[in-house]
Amino acid sequence: MIATADYIRILPEIVLTLFGLIVMFVDPLLPESRNVKPLGIIALIGSLGAVAASIYQMRYPGPAFWNFVVVDNFSIFFHLLVTIAAALVIMASFEYLRVQEIRAGEYFGLILFGTVGMALMSSAVELVLIFIALEISSISTYILAGFRRRDAGSVESSLKYFLLGSFATAFFLYGIALMFGATGSTDIPQIASALRLNGAPLLAYVAYALMFVGLGFKIASAPFHVWTPDVYEGAPSPVVAFMSTAPKMAVFAVLLRILFVTESPSLLAGSRPVWFWWVWGSAAVSMTLGNLGALVQNNVKRMLAYSAIAHAGYLLVAFAAAPEAGISAAMFYAASYTAMNLGAFIVVSHFANAGERYVTLDDYTGLGRRSPLLAMTLTIFLISLIGIPATAGFFAKFYVFSAALKANLVWLTIIAVVNSAIGAYYYLRVIVAMYMRDSTQEIPVMRVPAGVTATLLCSVAAVIYLGILPGRVLEFATRSAQSLLR
Amino acid sequence: MVPITTLHYLVVAAALFVLGTIGVLTRRNVVIILMSIELILNAVNLNLVAFSRLYGLHGQVFAVFVITDAAAEAAVGLGILIAFFRNKETVNMDEVDLLKW
Repeated sequence: MIATADYIRILPEIVLTLFGLIVMFVDPLLPESRNVKPLGIIALIGSLGAVAASIYQMRYPGPAFWNFVVVDNFSIFFHLLVTIAAALVIMASFEYLRVQEIRAGEYFGLILFGTVGMALMSSAVELVLIFIALEISSISTYILAGFRRRDAGSVESSLKYFLLGSFATAFFLYGIALMFGATGSTDIPQIASALRLNGAPLLAYVAYALMFVGLGFKIASAPFHVWTPDVYEGAPSPVVAFMSTAPKMAVFAVLLRILFVTESPSLLAGSRPVWFWWVWGSAAVSMTLGNLGALVQNNVKRMLAYSAIAHAGYLLVAFAAAPEAGISAAMFYAASYTAMNLGAFIVVSHFANAGERYVTLDDYTGLGRRSPLLAMTLTIFLISLIGIPATAGFFAKFYVFSAALKANLVWLTIIAVVNSAIGAYYYLRVIVAMYMRDSTQEIPVMRVPAGVTATLLCSVAAVIYLGILPGRVLEFATRSAQSLLR
Repeated sequence: MVPITTLHYLVVAAALFVLGTIGVLTRRNVVIILMSIELILNAVNLNLVAFSRLYGLHGQVFAVFVITDAAAEAAVGLGILIAFFRNKETVNMDEVDLLKW
């Protein structure tokens, strides 16, 4: 018997699916030349509806559909994160679609359907459902990456993303199958109790490793990060803004749930989980390779791609840290990273102009004089990515590092701090180019359309809010961490 | 006659998994890479069905989901491949060189 409360516990997913379908139905009824705005508004209403539905869910915590889905603070946190990111990207895409002559129906539809998968990933507690949700989100992003299909670079990035992505999914699946074999269940809490009763057999170790390979690819952590710069460079910029934040954070939610819940008995007893050294190593290598790679880039999209790898590394530091402080630090980092990275990519997307022409550092020279507001916005996002106080990035790094120190991870913290210093160099290089060098060429600056302005305002507001008043979000994250570890 | 146990299935599945992985890493033709990925997915299915002998139907149901997903993935993959072929007139991975690999 399925109760009404069960449906409320997947309400955001239902809303997103419905509006995705409405977009698909309305698309053929409108003339192709003028369909961006109405379809975009439908999609925006859908994603905002999902935000509202996620807030409404707070009154109905608990499991649903035979323990496949659970609504708790943790799932609501990530639901809000991905649905808000989707709404912001949809707002910022209106002008881009018109300039690039991209068909709007499929674009908005795929963003909404992809968000269904991402939202479901954060509330699923069953490996079968997690796998399906992961595929819903991944397949949508593969297609979105190739959306400028007449541009060879975009299609190539889509092909690379698809091949390596489905390869990684296959590893993840093999891991699930072995975990099923080792414990006799695909339900995460049941896996946890089976592992506690019988100890972890060798099969479970292999399963953890394979699952970490699969998910590590999706979050672009080293040594599975090689695809990131290529895919981010070729894919349409608003899509990069989306796929470098929402699906990635959803996979982090899955990682947090799988790694911490299955190992919660040993974590609460204070011992190190079986996956500790993998996460430690992956974090250290991601930070180092990401930051070193970014140093030599001249293409801003590529540079931000390497910076995304580095930030995945900082986030993994929180995984290795003390469980409760670590989970809440990781969640806070996820929220800050989403705000600042999404904003930065939207500025890049707007500035790149038709055909994505202006993306190198030389094109950014003198931007501070030509359009001061745009330059200032980008500066705010970049100093937040560096981690300068009064921005979200500062507290995000601060909480992660202090959680790591609490767990006596001195070396990892040192590596992270040294990396933050290296990171400052290449972010500042963009700021210096914008303000202190004169431009050598004439670049037309487009008027900033309303949608992009709204998105940027929201992102800047989020970055500054999290940078000045981090208390409420952190408190919510801490409560989520407790509900996860219980 | 040795009775066939779960272990035998697992060995075959592991062999398929290794073959698929080698295929993805060494072959240059995109279609063959796609087939290699399908091979890994079938290794997963074999594992799931074999474990079903121990733990009940759950694994078989999961295998059906994996088959469905493999179909969706193949459809999207071939679509992307056609778009790629229109631009480059090739399905060879060595010529995927516009972005640094």
